[in-house]
Amino acid sequence: MTKQSRGAAFDPIFRYACVSAATLLLAALTGVVASLLIGGWPAFAKFGIGFFFDTTWNPVTEVYGAAGPIAGTLITSALALALALPIAAGVAIFLVEFCPGMLARPIAIAVELLAGIPSIVYGMWGLFVLAPWFAEHVQIPMLYVIPPGSIWETIFNGVPNGANIFTASLILAIMILPYMAAVFRELFLTVPPQVRESAYGIGCTPLEVVGSVTIPYVRSGAVGVIMLGLGRALGETMAVTFIIGNAHGLPTSLFDSGSTLASTIANEFTEATGEMHTAALTALGLVLFIITFTVLAIARLLLARARKY
Amino acid sequence: MLKTLAAALGAALVIGSAASAADISGAGATFPAPVYAKWAETYRAQTGTGLNYQAIGSGGGIKQIQAKTVAFGATDKPLKVDELNKSGLYQFPMVMGGVTPIVNLPGMKPGQIKLTGALLADIYLGGVKRWSDPRIAALNPGVRFPNLPITVVHRSDGSGTSFQWTSYLSMKSPAWAKQVGANDAVQWPVGLGGKGNDGVSAFVKQTIGSIGYVEYAYAKQNRATYVLVQNKAGQYPQPVAANFAAAAASADWAKAPGNYMLLLDQPGANTWPITAATFILVHKTQANAITGQQVLKFFDWAYKSGDASAAALDYVPMPAAVKTLVRRQWASQIKAAGKALYTAG
Repeated sequence: MTKQSRGAAFDPIFRYACVSAATLLLAALTGVVASLLIGGWPAFAKFGIGFFFDTTWNPVTEVYGAAGPIAGTLITSALALALALPIAAGVAIFLVEFCPGMLARPIAIAVELLAGIPSIVYGMWGLFVLAPWFAEHVQIPMLYVIPPGSIWETIFNGVPNGANIFTASLILAIMILPYMAAVFRELFLTVPPQVRESAYGIGCTPLEVVGSVTIPYVRSGAVGVIMLGLGRALGETMAVTFIIGNAHGLPTSLFDSGSTLASTIANEFTEATGEMHTAALTALGLVLFIITFTVLAIARLLLARARKY
Repeated sequence: MLKTLAAALGAALVIGSAASAADISGAGATFPAPVYAKWAETYRAQTGTGLNYQAIGSGGGIKQIQAKTVAFGATDKPLKVDELNKSGLYQFPMVMGGVTPIVNLPGMKPGQIKLTGALLADIYLGGVKRWSDPRIAALNPGVRFPNLPITVVHRSDGSGTSFQWTSYLSMKSPAWAKQVGANDAVQWPVGLGGKGNDGVSAFVKQTIGSIGYVEYAYAKQNRATYVLVQNKAGQYPQPVAANFAAAAASADWAKAPGNYMLLLDQPGANTWPITAATFILVHKTQANAITGQQVLKFFDWAYKSGDASAAALDYVPMPAAVKTLVRRQWASQIKAAGKALYTAG
């Protein structure tokens, strides 16, 4: 028996193994969606479309609306992205364009290590270090400076203890930053050296090279990185739970406390005894799933469109 | 669906633990988990029988015992008698703790400030906004309060502690009962939520003028500035183990169907008003006599020999009279194939 024919005998088995792996994954996904839908159905059936727009979350009277957590999730994720994006891109550009070769590798490894810190550690750090610092050095001085009744007071109104939408976004930004920087770096490295070197050759400055060669070259991939970062921020649970202040209802200012879909589930699921309470929390899970799915779908769409140019 | 999932998960856990001989399996409340673990360790050393306790929260404990995937469930929130009967369950109190309000006011010593339940409710409703409020001053003659805004801190996670706290506020304030009510998670009118006792404690520590509530053990270990609360007799007792035990001793257990008993606002001059027991749930009719016997034997041992280790962890043991009552109930109510599994003696 030759080596080749023996391989051929194993071929169908190999193929079936791969097919069943793929099927299993799809089945798991379908199962998750189905069980979220079934588990959350009592809430959707009772509150209807109002579930998405109602800001009440009252386990005593069993009236549940998801508007507060939905708003909290979208606001914190968007803010985190706005804070993290320029820094992540900056770190990656530094590593690729300016960093001396000897340092580039250690720094890149350090960035990847940062990405591996568990979220609970960020949460503890946020609660015990960032929140008190933020209260003392940002919120309390602002209380003295901001004239009462001004627009600034409306934007920055809140209890000065550092647990709010903004600090939660800050923690989220720090959490998605290393991940985004690491992927950005990989992305920038895909720019063929010849292209960049020719740009330098015709007298471009580093800023011009980055602005008119590197970024346009990786544009499609960059959108993907942003969306992946957003996807991670949307679902982040533990760190946010510790520092967002956990108030249901719509946040009214940047320094107001709020809640996210994931933090509400983490807070209340273990002790939820009522049928409707569990259903409402499961429904939140489905809403989070839909939002994350939509973000990823938009990312795919943008990527596909970007590839056409 | 979720129930089935939880049951399947529970079954998997039980099967997983079945490998280690005949361990007793239980699941539920996180509050008593440290003392159950300590008891399990000592009990295993003495008898060779282990205990596999999953601290998954009271809600999970109730679901799992209803699904019969564990030998006992544990809950901080007792079930009402009709809920017990619906699933054929019996519950008994195992160990106690107390809830203590804590504050952050510069210069105030622990136990210096006195408040009533009604006033605490008004503070948590957002009706009393500053420490200089005349109603606070009226209860504390001779104490100078700063004109600081009051920041209310509560638990963000569903918890037995919040259930006891909101139940107490509901008892003392009709306005609270009407607007908010009692549950392990409620719609808080004001304030911010910290996750767990440590979350609440951290926010109180970090916010001048704040008030929160934590488990007694937590307040004690952190040397927090606790507040004295007026009890039913009009006194202001200290939050200490003896005064929690007084609540359980003065409570009329014989008149509590299904042992549904909140130890809130009980009579007695030294009784701490916000005391709470944590409960064990078992099926009245045990499918397996040996498992049923093992469970009762373990808790019998814990009643008899577990008090010292409970006290060392700042839990409060049940008074002897309550233990006797519970043992009698075991003898008369827990059966397998019509035969009692426990003989009181």
